[in-house]
Amino acid sequence: MSDDTDGGGRTGALPRILWKVTKIAATVALTFLGLLVVTFLIGRVVPVDPVLAVIGDRAPKSVYDRVFIELGLDRPLYEQFWLYLQKVLSGDFGQSFLTKRDIADDIARVFPATLELATVAILIGTVLGVPMGVWAAVRQGRLADQVVRVLGLVGYSAPIFWLGLLGLLVFYARLHWVAGPGRVDIAYEYSITVKTGLLLLDSAMQGEWEAFGNVMSHIILPASLLGYFSMAYISRMTRSFMLNELAQEYVITARVKGVPEWRIIWVHALRNAAVPLVTVIALSYANLLEGSVLTETVFAWPGLGQYLTNSLQNADMNAVLGSTLLIGAIFVGLNLMSDLLYSLLDPRVRRQA
Amino acid sequence: MSSLSRRDWLLSDQPASRRQARLGQAYRTWLSFRSNWLAMVGLAIVLALILVALFADVIAPYDPVLGGDLRTERFLPLFSEGHIFGTDDLARDIFSRIVHGSRLTLMVVVLVAVIATPIGLLVGTTSGYFGGWVDTVLMRLTDIFLAFPRLILALAFVAALGPGIENAIIAIAITSWPPYARLARAETLTIRDSDYINAARLQGASSARILWGHVTPLCLSSVVIRVTLDMAGIILTAAGLGFLGLGAQPPQPEWGAMIAAGRRFLIDQWWVATVPGIAIFIVSLGFNLLGDGLRDVLDPKARK
Amino acid sequence: MSPLLTVEDLRVTFPTRQGPSEVVRGVSFTLGRERLGIVGESGSGKSQTGRAILGLTPPPGRATAKILDFDGIDLRAARPATWRSLRGARMSMVMQDPKFSLNPVMTVGRQIVEAVKFGATGTRAEARDRALAMLEAVQIRDPERVFRAYPHELSGGMGQRAMIAMMLVTEPDLLIADEPTSALDVTVQVEVLRILDRLVAERGMGLIFISHDLRLVSSFCDRVLVMYAGRVVEELKASELKQAQHSYTRGLMNCLPQIEGGQRPLPTLERDAAWAK
Repeated sequence: MSDDTDGGGRTGALPRILWKVTKIAATVALTFLGLLVVTFLIGRVVPVDPVLAVIGDRAPKSVYDRVFIELGLDRPLYEQFWLYLQKVLSGDFGQSFLTKRDIADDIARVFPATLELATVAILIGTVLGVPMGVWAAVRQGRLADQVVRVLGLVGYSAPIFWLGLLGLLVFYARLHWVAGPGRVDIAYEYSITVKTGLLLLDSAMQGEWEAFGNVMSHIILPASLLGYFSMAYISRMTRSFMLNELAQEYVITARVKGVPEWRIIWVHALRNAAVPLVTVIALSYANLLEGSVLTETVFAWPGLGQYLTNSLQNADMNAVLGSTLLIGAIFVGLNLMSDLLYSLLDPRVRRQA
Repeated sequence: MSSLSRRDWLLSDQPASRRQARLGQAYRTWLSFRSNWLAMVGLAIVLALILVALFADVIAPYDPVLGGDLRTERFLPLFSEGHIFGTDDLARDIFSRIVHGSRLTLMVVVLVAVIATPIGLLVGTTSGYFGGWVDTVLMRLTDIFLAFPRLILALAFVAALGPGIENAIIAIAITSWPPYARLARAETLTIRDSDYINAARLQGASSARILWGHVTPLCLSSVVIRVTLDMAGIILTAAGLGFLGLGAQPPQPEWGAMIAAGRRFLIDQWWVATVPGIAIFIVSLGFNLLGDGLRDVLDPKARK
Repeated sequence: MSPLLTVEDLRVTFPTRQGPSEVVRGVSFTLGRERLGIVGESGSGKSQTGRAILGLTPPPGRATAKILDFDGIDLRAARPATWRSLRGARMSMVMQDPKFSLNPVMTVGRQIVEAVKFGATGTRAEARDRALAMLEAVQIRDPERVFRAYPHELSGGMGQRAMIAMMLVTEPDLLIADEPTSALDVTVQVEVLRILDRLVAERGMGLIFISHDLRLVSSFCDRVLVMYAGRVVEELKASELKQAQHSYTRGLMNCLPQIEGGQRPLPTLERDAAWAK
């Protein structure tokens, strides 16, 4: 809505938004602190000895004691937390036991793969889910509504990893419609210079269209799968928001004015339903991170989810906590973003804020 | 009493006693629930799950853990003689494993509900009833737990506690209570200042007594609906943990772990991984349908 | 001259669990280019009568009639396209509360321009000019500002004026005003009614004024229909209200405070809680 930023009626909207931002920032800071406390405490109750994780179990007692003190394990818990806080804030999540590299570097390396997957998935989920929800609301109680409902229920009830396996079995192994596990075939791996880490973007920018096609063929199955789950959620919420909006009086006003029905649905009602929908879409984007843990395992997708599961299975606690923290932070960030978008989309919120 | 007159007695507009009114209300709820055939399907699935879990020893033709002859009975396909769902790599009867696995699934659902519901109720009602800084602290805590995606937090907890089905249950319960607390708090806020709570307070009832005797029972129904709606999610999370090797450990016949084990033979012996997936799907579909139906009947506000 | 609108035996039914429930039960009347008031308590079916004339009976409700004729067009058989060409362009409706009847996320200007666009012909610039002129006609002092404003930024009275502007901008032949002032402050009501009165008189439109407020209706309209429980119980000239026969009308009259002295066209309104009952 770029055309309505002027206008005398909304002077003072900006300070209110700034105030809101400050308030939300304080909440976020507090929540983030909470995230750190939780991950810190989880890290302390692990049966894995963090000293042995560093030095291995053959080191002499003297080395053990030295490392024990280096890691600050002799100090009281609150001091250890303070140490942890300082490290995390300076971007130091410790070293991975598995890869022997800094966790921050590891995560930076694997994260683009997850981001790319989740983004394609949310695009699929939104592009299909919103129209389906609108359609179901307009045809409430009729066949279309039932179809959307059943599709949604299947999405809510099927284990995502199982659908992934079936997808691989049918579309890759039997039909050969798509490429198999992984992000890209080895043959193309070196024809793309990794810049953003998002292979679709990188290959397109470098004009490597053959590689682009291969990447697409790899990503389409896991992304559709994740997208299907967001679609289930988005279409259900869209339906309920639209039913609510279509029962409002301004819809009758529009009918009285002689506005055609398609315009009432897609312009008047959907524009109003879009305000809460933004929150829903942001939330399901965040939920995709969760789904990606299982999906990436099934599709051997070298992203954050697979990194997390690998670390889990090898009791690499630093890596587990670092990834958990990052995912938690993204979750909080997306919530924050949806809040801000909400106030941008709804002219009424500016007054209430 | 003939059935017709009993029905009339239940549906009477002028109930003669509190008992009649209450039974009549329950009967009306049941009638409206029964008219929703999808909800009835859900109820049937859940009842079937309970029955199968109870009588697993009778229903399952083979031992779920001990396999048959490894030379002749490995990877028997679907609908083989004596093995309707075939056998797996260790020549175990998949049908028997599915039947026994229902016990694990039911156990996860029940235990998570039993652990998480009271925590959520306690935190939510306390927070809503006392308000002020108690509310602020408890709700901030709830928000922190809500800030993690559920599966991720459960993974972190399982990593800390060590793999195994008991720890998986604890981890899922720890990550499940925050929404219930939110809900219970919202309900408490609406009834906190009502006259009968004030009356109880004036009679000198202690806060704990008011919370447990008056507030909690009123929050219970909406929280229970919410828990029922969440059960499918709980089953899927438990299966996900099992699939990642962090939940139930082999040779336990947990459905998620069975999919993980069958994954290696997906291309040629596809049924080994497929059948447990269907079981998970049907059971969580059942809980979803049941929860939806319950919500429609008991919570008309959310009907849309 | 043939009447603008003829309604005979209009019925509106809603299915319920206990069987169909009829909320309008055989209403008949004709309307020329005059001001007709429909009075009744809430639930008497007066609003549903208005909606049925516009073909806006909310599903699953159904409206039936022996005759439903608007200027020679049989509305009973009207197809969606016919309805679209009639609504807005030739018949429109002002509703009770601008807080709900205006779209909250569209500027007032866009909503009025939309009425012009689908109710009349002309370019975008013309539509804008007409919208601004109409806002001036409803005595809004700063039409440019209101044009750009969102509904929540306007007061109730201002919002209702914008609503009237939106509904009259296409110069329809028939306007249904459904409790157009009930949601407004007492002080603003008179002003809004005056504006409505003047515009209707200037344009020579037919007006159906629906209200629960008998005094308001009798001072504002030429004729009054009194509805009770879905039926018209009495029809009379506004000036002959004192000679009302039906006990319900008399009952309604009796709960009004007596007006002393001459009757001005729009007396100051003082509300009594009993009227709303």
